Amino acid sequence: MQALEVRNLVKQYRNGVQALKGIDLNVAQGDFFALLGPNGAGKSTLIGICTSLVNKTSGSLKVFGHDLDTELEAAKACIGVVPQELNLNQFETCETIVVNQAGFYGIPRRLAHERAEKYLNQLSLWDKRHKMARTLSGGMKRRLMIARALMHEPRLLILDEPTAGVDIEIRRSMWDFLRELNEGGTTIILTTHYLEEAETLCRNIAIIDRGRIAEADRMDRLLLKLHTESFVLSVRSPLAAAPSIAGYEVRWVDAHTLEVEISKTQTLNEVFSQLTASGIEVVSMRNKVNRLEEIFMRLVDKSGSAA
Amino acid sequence: MSTSVVRARWIGFQTIILREFGRILRIWGQTIVPSAVTAALYFVIFGTLIGRRIGQMDGVDYMQYIAPGLIMMAVITNAYANVSSSFFGAKFQRFLEEISVSPMPDWLVVLGYVGGGVLRGLLVGLAVTIISLVFTHLPVHHVLVILAAVLLTAVVFSLAGFINGVFAKNFDQVNWIPTFILTPLTYFGGVFYSINLLPPWAQSLSHANPVLHMVNAFRYGFLGRSDVNVVLAFAIMLGAAVILFGVALTLMRRGTGLRD
Repeated sequence: MQALEVRNLVKQYRNGVQALKGIDLNVAQGDFFALLGPNGAGKSTLIGICTSLVNKTSGSLKVFGHDLDTELEAAKACIGVVPQELNLNQFETCETIVVNQAGFYGIPRRLAHERAEKYLNQLSLWDKRHKMARTLSGGMKRRLMIARALMHEPRLLILDEPTAGVDIEIRRSMWDFLRELNEGGTTIILTTHYLEEAETLCRNIAIIDRGRIAEADRMDRLLLKLHTESFVLSVRSPLAAAPSIAGYEVRWVDAHTLEVEISKTQTLNEVFSQLTASGIEVVSMRNKVNRLEEIFMRLVDKSGSAA
Repeated sequence: MSTSVVRARWIGFQTIILREFGRILRIWGQTIVPSAVTAALYFVIFGTLIGRRIGQMDGVDYMQYIAPGLIMMAVITNAYANVSSSFFGAKFQRFLEEISVSPMPDWLVVLGYVGGGVLRGLLVGLAVTIISLVFTHLPVHHVLVILAAVLLTAVVFSLAGFINGVFAKNFDQVNWIPTFILTPLTYFGGVFYSINLLPPWAQSLSHANPVLHMVNAFRYGFLGRSDVNVVLAFAIMLGAAVILFGVALTLMRRGTGLRD
């Protein structure tokens, strides 16, 4: 079964801006799905339509088989959403916010309190349960929005930039939490600007640009499409110029740094052999850019030049 | 509709009411106290000081005459203000999305907010009633008329406040209607005087003011006196409630002011 089925979805705003130009998209049940795209690409509009916060112009959308046009309430009951912008009642306590959210989904008060304890604990907010939302830090507010979205235990969780502005430690703990949630059967759709996050967490990916799907594939297949990768090498002894390595393009960055471009048919062993033969010691190596970032930039550039 | 759906909806409705009740209590200095203080001042100035010189109005003591009107004025302004400011505040801070993404049907959301407005209207109305009893005696001519009139009036103005909240784009627009429409309608709605004191043309004009009918129906419940036909007054209140509910529901379904 598809958790989300989008067909020919079009959204034209009143000011004439066409945010979505006939999107088709499938997200399978149980998937951890990345929805990427530059600012203004249409990601938030798509999420807004999924969650009924934005009216679509045309097309259809089903959530676990429930059509948004004919079974709106059933479709909404399947979705939990963590929006990009903070939308908490700043004058309510954490516990009140999550318990009320459960109430809007028809969950009895007693069960709501049990779930509040469960999710606020899991997101390290239980000791803040009596604090008003406005007194929380940015990271805590993000986690509170995740706890709130989980109160009705949705089958599909949509997270729109959940880790924006969150420090690395909390981001990693949120990743672990989301992984566990996904392993427990919850389908997750994630939009993020941290491409490392998408590459680490997601199995499938769609890149949306200028209201169209530029690419939709399995994450590993998409990464295979990357024909060349750039590596940055730090060398022990200072170099005045780039050494010559047969068959490879080497750039001198500074006295201790080189950049090497390697295609799929080449190997790093050959690079190291030739550098060793030239008496150059490599002390460390890293990718110049994240692999997904490289693909993302290429796809977005391509779709931009085609437009 | 299955039992579980009915139960879920009831819980959703209760949740909005509880949230509104929590808000009313949290900011009691803005929601309950001002109307009670204003009513006490009216009783002191219009009732005790000026009322002594006026004597009787429509055959009853002036203080007794204005008491139902002052209670109704508090109910009207508070029911309206609660829904318009609470709904707009939720829209402005975006936490209305908590409800918008949930499976609660639009009509239930309208009813929930209206319930909150009615609750505050009745709470403040009760506070003003208690204050009025310090100054005067209030007989009860017909308790059902009192209850029906106050409830229907609170519903009508809560619905009006909801529509204001839907259209409002800033806090100024939340205050325009109460300042420029609601206050004049209430002051000219027979709170302080009987329309029999007015010239015939002004009497006819006053009949077009729905607040006049509400205040007089409520006053009839206490004093057994009214400037208007009480049956017609209830018909107007019911009609207004049905029309305003229809408008509020249509706006919600269209997503006016909420969704593009």
